[in-house]
Amino acid sequence: MFDVHEMEVNFGPQHPSTHGVLRVLLKIDGERIIEAKPIIGYLHRGTEKLFEHMAYPQCIPHTDRMDYVASATNNLGFVEAVEKILGVTKLIPRRAQILRVILSELQRISSHLLWLATHAIDIGAMTPFFYCFREREQILDLFEAYCGARLTLNCMRIGGMPEDAPHGWLDEIEAFCAKFDAAVDEYESLLTTNRIWKRRTVGIGVLSPEDAIEWGITGPPLRGSGVEWDLRRAQPYECYPELEFDIPIGRNGDTYDRYLCRMAEMRQSNRILKQCIPLIKQTTPGDLKAKISKVIRPPEGEVYHSIEAPKGELGYYIVSDGKTQNAYRCHVRPPSFVNLQALPMLAKGHLVSDLVALIGTIDIVLGEVDR
Amino acid sequence: MSELPPTPPPAAPAAPPAAPAAPPAKTVDDIKRDPIVASAVARVNDAILDAKEFAGEITLFADRDRIVEVCRAFKDDGFVYLVDLAGVDYSKFPNHSGLRFSVAYMLYSFQKNARVRLRVWTDADTPVPSVTGVWKTANWHERETFDMLGIQFSGHPNLERILMWEGFNGHPLRKDFPIRGIDTGARIYPEVFPEGGGPKAGSTGKPANDVNVYKGEWKKYGTWPAAQIGGAPKPAVAAAPKPAPKPVAAAPAVEEGE
Repeated sequence: MFDVHEMEVNFGPQHPSTHGVLRVLLKIDGERIIEAKPIIGYLHRGTEKLFEHMAYPQCIPHTDRMDYVASATNNLGFVEAVEKILGVTKLIPRRAQILRVILSELQRISSHLLWLATHAIDIGAMTPFFYCFREREQILDLFEAYCGARLTLNCMRIGGMPEDAPHGWLDEIEAFCAKFDAAVDEYESLLTTNRIWKRRTVGIGVLSPEDAIEWGITGPPLRGSGVEWDLRRAQPYECYPELEFDIPIGRNGDTYDRYLCRMAEMRQSNRILKQCIPLIKQTTPGDLKAKISKVIRPPEGEVYHSIEAPKGELGYYIVSDGKTQNAYRCHVRPPSFVNLQALPMLAKGHLVSDLVALIGTIDIVLGEVDR
Repeated sequence: MSELPPTPPPAAPAAPPAAPAAPPAKTVDDIKRDPIVASAVARVNDAILDAKEFAGEITLFADRDRIVEVCRAFKDDGFVYLVDLAGVDYSKFPNHSGLRFSVAYMLYSFQKNARVRLRVWTDADTPVPSVTGVWKTANWHERETFDMLGIQFSGHPNLERILMWEGFNGHPLRKDFPIRGIDTGARIYPEVFPEGGGPKAGSTGKPANDVNVYKGEWKKYGTWPAAQIGGAPKPAVAAAPKPAPKPVAAAPAVEEGE
C-alpha cells in the first residue's frame, strides 16, 4: 500500500534519456526513488527466431541491428561463433584477423563516443556532444569507405572478410589515431575535473565487485568496480595476444569511475589501432578468406562463444543439428540486457535526476536488450 | 559427431574439420576427470548424468531436480559467474528422443579462466528449479526463457513475461510457433478489425497472402481464420483447397519470387 507521500511514475518509454524505448516504473517519495522496475520488450523483433530460419551468412546483417551503435563487434561475435562450431578458427588469414581487430576497435571508440556524448547531455553538459560527434563522424566516414555503410556495417563474413582495405584507408586511420589522443584530452578537459560533473557522478550508483559478479555485470561497469577482467586478455581471440594494451580499472565503482574507465579504454583502443597499422602493412594484400566450403553446414553440436563488445561480454550460443544450413537455435547473450538488470539495485535511494545518469552509465542499447 | 568424418572428403581442405573429431573418443568419466571440472564434479558426482565435449567446450548434463545443488557446488568451486542461461526446444531436432526442452547454464570461473556448460532436460509441464537463489543474474534470464519457450521455473520470485507483453498467447521460440506470428486475439481496434481478428504479431493485420514471409512458409499455415490461435490443424485444411485450381503454376512462382 502507498504511503501518502509515495507515488508511482512512468519514466519512458518515450523519453530522450532512456536511450531508446526503455520504460522504468518508479515508486518515488518526492524526488527520491524507493523502487525502480525496468520494463523492456518494446523493441523486440524476434531476432533469435529469425536466426533459426535463415542460413548462417544471412544472419550477419541481423546481428547489426541488435547493438546498432556497435555493429562491427556484433558481426565479429557471430562469425567467430560459427567459425568455432565449424572448427576453422585457426584458418582465418592473418590480414583478415587484423582487419577485424581494426574495425572492432574503431567501433569501440565510436560506441564510447556516442555513450559519452549522450551521457553528458543527459546530465546537462551540452558541449561534449559536439566534440564527440566530430570524431565519431570521422570514424563513420572510415566505415563508409570500407564497406559503404555507416551504422549497420555487415562488414565480416564467416571465414574472413568481404574485401580488402581500400586504397589509402590505412593511412587515414593512422592520421585519425595521431589526432585522437588530443581529442580525448579535450573531452577530459571539459569533464574530468569539472565540479558540476563530479557532483553529479561521484558516489552515484556504487557497485561493489561482489555485486557486479553476482549480477553478471561485464564490460566497463565491471572494470569500474575494480575487477580487472577483459575478454580480449582473459580469452583472447583474433590477433589480440600480440597486441599491447592495458585494462583500465576503477576503484570506487561509481558513475565517475565508470566514466574514467571508458575514457581510458578509448585511449587503449587507439593504442591498439596504432599497433595494428604496421602489422597489417606487413601482410599480403588480398589474403582475406580462409578456404572453407561455401555451404556452411556445421557438425552436430553446440558452442558458446563470446567477445568483448564495447558494452561488455557479447556471447552467442549456437546449437547445430548437423543436417541443415540454419542454426537450430542461436541464443544471444547481450551485455546490455544483463547489465540493465542491476538498475533497480543501483537506483534505490537516489534522486530521479540520478536515474538518468545511471541509465547512461550502464550504457544500454535497447535494440540489444530486446533483440 | 558421427557425421564429421564423412564431410572432409568432398571438401578439399580436410585438415580443419578433423580437429574437433578427436575429443569424442573421451568417455563420460574422462570428461568428468578433466581438471577444469573435476573438483566441482566430485562434490555432486551422482547428479551429473552425462557429459559431452565439443569444440573444446565441456557440457555436463545434470539431474533437473538437483540443479540448484549442482550450481551451488560449481559456484563454491570457483565458477562464480553465471554468464548466460538459454533454453532450447528440441522437438524438431533430428533423431531426438526424450524430453522436449533443454536449459543450458553457461558458467565461468575467474580462477581457472575456464567455461563449463551445465544442461538439464525438461518438458513443458515440469518446472526446473530456479537458480535465482544462487545467482541474482539468473532472474531475467529465466524470465526470458519462460517467455520465449514456456519453460517453467519453480521458486522464481516473479516469473512473468519480459520481452512479450503480458497476456500474449504463445511462446515465440517454440518450434511449433510460426515465424510469421499468430493471431494474438488482442482486439485493440474493434471498428477496424473483424470479430476475433485483432492485429497479428509480426504483421500489419493484412490477409495472409499479402504478408511477406520467409521461404514460402505461408503454405503450411494458410489464411488466418478468425480467432485462430497457434498452429491448429484448421489452417492446413483451409490452405489445401485454395491453391488447388492452379497448384503447379502457383507454387513455383512463389518460390522464385522469394
